[in-house]
Amino acid sequence: MSEILKCENLYKNYGAKPAINGVTLSVESGRIIGLLGPNGAGKTTLIKLISGLLTPNSGSLTIDGNEPGIKTKPLVSYLPDVNYLNNWMSVEQIVGMFTDFYEDFRPELAFEMIERLGIDRKERLKNLSKGNKEKVCLILVMSRSAKLYLLDEPIAGVDPATRDYIISTIINNYSPDASVLISTHLISDIESVLDEVIFIKDGVIVLQDTVDHIREEHNQSVDELFREVFKW
Amino acid sequence: MDWILDKKRPICPQLCENLCIIIATGKIAPGEKLMSVREVALKAGVTPNTVQKSFEQLEQKGIIYSRRGSGWFVCEDTHIARETLQQLVRSKTGKYLDDMYSLGLSKDDIISTIKEYDHE
Repeated sequence: MSEILKCENLYKNYGAKPAINGVTLSVESGRIIGLLGPNGAGKTTLIKLISGLLTPNSGSLTIDGNEPGIKTKPLVSYLPDVNYLNNWMSVEQIVGMFTDFYEDFRPELAFEMIERLGIDRKERLKNLSKGNKEKVCLILVMSRSAKLYLLDEPIAGVDPATRDYIISTIINNYSPDASVLISTHLISDIESVLDEVIFIKDGVIVLQDTVDHIREEHNQSVDELFREVFKW
Repeated sequence: MDWILDKKRPICPQLCENLCIIIATGKIAPGEKLMSVREVALKAGVTPNTVQKSFEQLEQKGIIYSRRGSGWFVCEDTHIARETLQQLVRSKTGKYLDDMYSLGLSKDDIISTIKEYDHE
């Protein structure tokens, strides 16, 4: 187990408003981690900082020992919370695009997962249902051999069967060399698949612990603890 | 995802219990190969790390053993798994009795209720 992600005293402001307000955390490889917090807590901002889409105002952030940049691009596979793919493209064309873009992309694996879902590879993205579109996006992101997968709200707005599919896909692609960071506010749906949880509130980490330790110590689910911590 | 787990309790001991039930009831016989870590992870919808940990705990208790490169197997001697099953039977019975007592039934009432009950 090596340290895959390390943040120290990380700050990010939007204008005068702080979004990430002094975050220090460390993530080891081979872990599935939930980044949990209410809306506006800073989950997406933190993920964008790690992916290199945003740069911090101060503090340090390293992925496998490297600052976000050219060296970390091959290490990080990022699923944004909004659809960023061209809707006019077919599933096959998008897989082709990912194959061109990412050296570590495994098109056979992507096609295998897409076919198992019964999605026609000639189908255009715009003709897919919302659930199927989200599944395709997740398949693309998980078909890379990255070291850190960043999934921003992968289960928001999908039905329970799709949610189970997403969880199975994450388990199936588990590797001891890689870690998966999943941001969500739908905790009870996903907590059993997590090794660790990070609670974030107003841009600050309020708790980082393992799921089983939380349940042991508090005799309650992570979801119940979350409701307590974030009561308003 | 077929295994239903209690969300208030830690996952690892629950996986151990479920695996003990499978072994004690003979669904997987002594000497036979156990499911892989990934299969159990998918069945229970939990992280492979927790499954690995529960396998290691069962190994320490002498219920299963690992063969390098070929997976996990059930030990010939299953008495520890059967003991775990008995403990589960006792604790679940205790919970049931507490529920019935709180409904005002006596032990004799409960016994006759069980005898008369037709289980579909």
